[in-house]
Amino acid sequence: MKIVVCVKQVPDTKGGVKFNPDGTLDRGAMLAIMNPDDKAGLEAALRLKDQYGAEVTVVTMGLPKADEVLREALAMGADKGILVTDRVLGGADTWATSTTLAGAIRNLEYDLIITGRQAIDGDTAQVGPQISEHLNIPVISYAQDIKIDGDYVIVQRQFEDRYHVLKAKMPCLITALSELNEPRYMTPGGIFDAYDAEVTVWGRADLKDVDDSNLGLKGSPTQIAKASDKVRKGAGEVVNLDPQESVAYIMGKLTEKHII
Amino acid sequence: MGLEEYKGVYIFAQQVDNKLSNIAFELLGKARDLAKDLDTDVTAVLIGCDVKGLADELAAYGADKVIVVDDPQLKEYRTEPYAHALSSVINKYKPEIMLVGATAIGRDLGPRVSARVATGLTADCTKLDIGDFPLTPVPGKEQKHNQLLMTRPAFGGNTIATIACPNHRPQMATVRPGVMQAIAKIPGAKAVVEEYNPGFEPNNNYVEIMDVVKSVVDTVDIMDAKILVSGGRGVGSPENFKILEDLAKAIGGEVSCSRAVVDAGWKPKDLQVGQTGKTVRPNVYFAIGISGAIQHVAGMEESDVIIAINKDDTAPIFEVADYGIVGDLNKIVPELTKQIIAAKEAKI
Repeated sequence: MKIVVCVKQVPDTKGGVKFNPDGTLDRGAMLAIMNPDDKAGLEAALRLKDQYGAEVTVVTMGLPKADEVLREALAMGADKGILVTDRVLGGADTWATSTTLAGAIRNLEYDLIITGRQAIDGDTAQVGPQISEHLNIPVISYAQDIKIDGDYVIVQRQFEDRYHVLKAKMPCLITALSELNEPRYMTPGGIFDAYDAEVTVWGRADLKDVDDSNLGLKGSPTQIAKASDKVRKGAGEVVNLDPQESVAYIMGKLTEKHII
Repeated sequence: MGLEEYKGVYIFAQQVDNKLSNIAFELLGKARDLAKDLDTDVTAVLIGCDVKGLADELAAYGADKVIVVDDPQLKEYRTEPYAHALSSVINKYKPEIMLVGATAIGRDLGPRVSARVATGLTADCTKLDIGDFPLTPVPGKEQKHNQLLMTRPAFGGNTIATIACPNHRPQMATVRPGVMQAIAKIPGAKAVVEEYNPGFEPNNNYVEIMDVVKSVVDTVDIMDAKILVSGGRGVGSPENFKILEDLAKAIGGEVSCSRAVVDAGWKPKDLQVGQTGKTVRPNVYFAIGISGAIQHVAGMEESDVIIAINKDDTAPIFEVADYGIVGDLNKIVPELTKQIIAAKEAKI
């Protein structure tokens, strides 16, 4: 079985967000990590490899620095890493990103493609399903459990109030939830090997069956009109009283606001 | 592509088990505002099996027209037949705007459809307006009028971006549930109902549903609650949520929680407030033992009154709370419950 996993390097918005003096996000000061849902997708692929035997190829699109997440994936147990990087691919929205990744994946053999549900920088959850459409294969989003049955994959697909058990013929694309598993750590030997491992680098010319008009900033249907920092309403009153006084304070506010 | 051929504001009227989801009404409410600005009408696209009877309800919430795609293949949600249905409707009727709920269904259907009809899609919007793009004239660049301006949070709620889709149609957005307001129901309203079936021929993209497992948790939707008593890791244990449940019962609210509580397995996911949970805006939000990570705040900051109780006076929740109380929740919450019960009894 051949599995392709798509991962993205993202700023760690959870580990303390840093701002520049002008109020914009200071990405340089923020830790760059492998997107958590993608890491769960990689872990799912590695478990399938452990259980059924598989070759796991990890693909990322980004700046040359994104090579770091490929080495992390290799140190966790992935077999191959492919970095898709080119100036003309910059500024891509989800449409242009998905056409790029589909163009890269067309060069590969695959039974399964696994992506994270969404990345913590954009939170769109769009790139996985869009890749599946470009490749004309079924998609199962929000996977909370993945099993293989011959040529078929059986997946628990999460909704708000239920889950569906879905059976799809491979090749198929699955988007993984971070609840799917607890990703393994890199092994010391793996880290050592990954440092020396060969990472394949592809540019625009290596993408298959993709038109220039669908790539990068120029190939993005959506365009940013404005971006700004979130304006928050600001703190109200904060009191530090003993418990009885605290309760009296809350009761006063609830009464004042006609809540009780 | 002649962009001017595309007309009308369309919404995907999500139904599950032949019951319309609240998001359908919220989208209709917003679609009415947009249609007014564009001097056009509102169409609901209703996809399912034996769902035609729901058209009147969509009319009552503001649909001028309902396009019904009814087929046995559409009984339960599956990506492919639904994507085929919605993209066929788009190709045939050519809407200017297509809104879809950012639900577990819409966030799967939207991207698949947008890729099929080759247009842009903006995810999880929290604000939609009609305006100019670019917002202000830029020399050498055409300023387009009457564009859909889609505003959404990014970077875990740290930034807000406004996005346009000037050269492709339809302009597609998924919209975060619980943010847009439905209109007051107009009893007896009727819409023009049109049935359309593009034909469904199963292929490999039609996955098989082997089982449907419904969540057995018997709780009301926290998005509908007027008062939420929300607990975080600071509550200490699943057993200790009892004091929050007592407070919720006394004040007539529901219990919700932070992601940490769900991750620890103390409460089910459908009670989670925040960026990866639900967006709520109750009249009163109690944040009890919740530190206030930005991802949590993104899901509750629109609440009318926020009351935070936390023993750590540096907790970021105090930066968004209207009333912050530094103290021990184990001492404050039970006493508060007692006094609320007493106050309510005194009124009777």
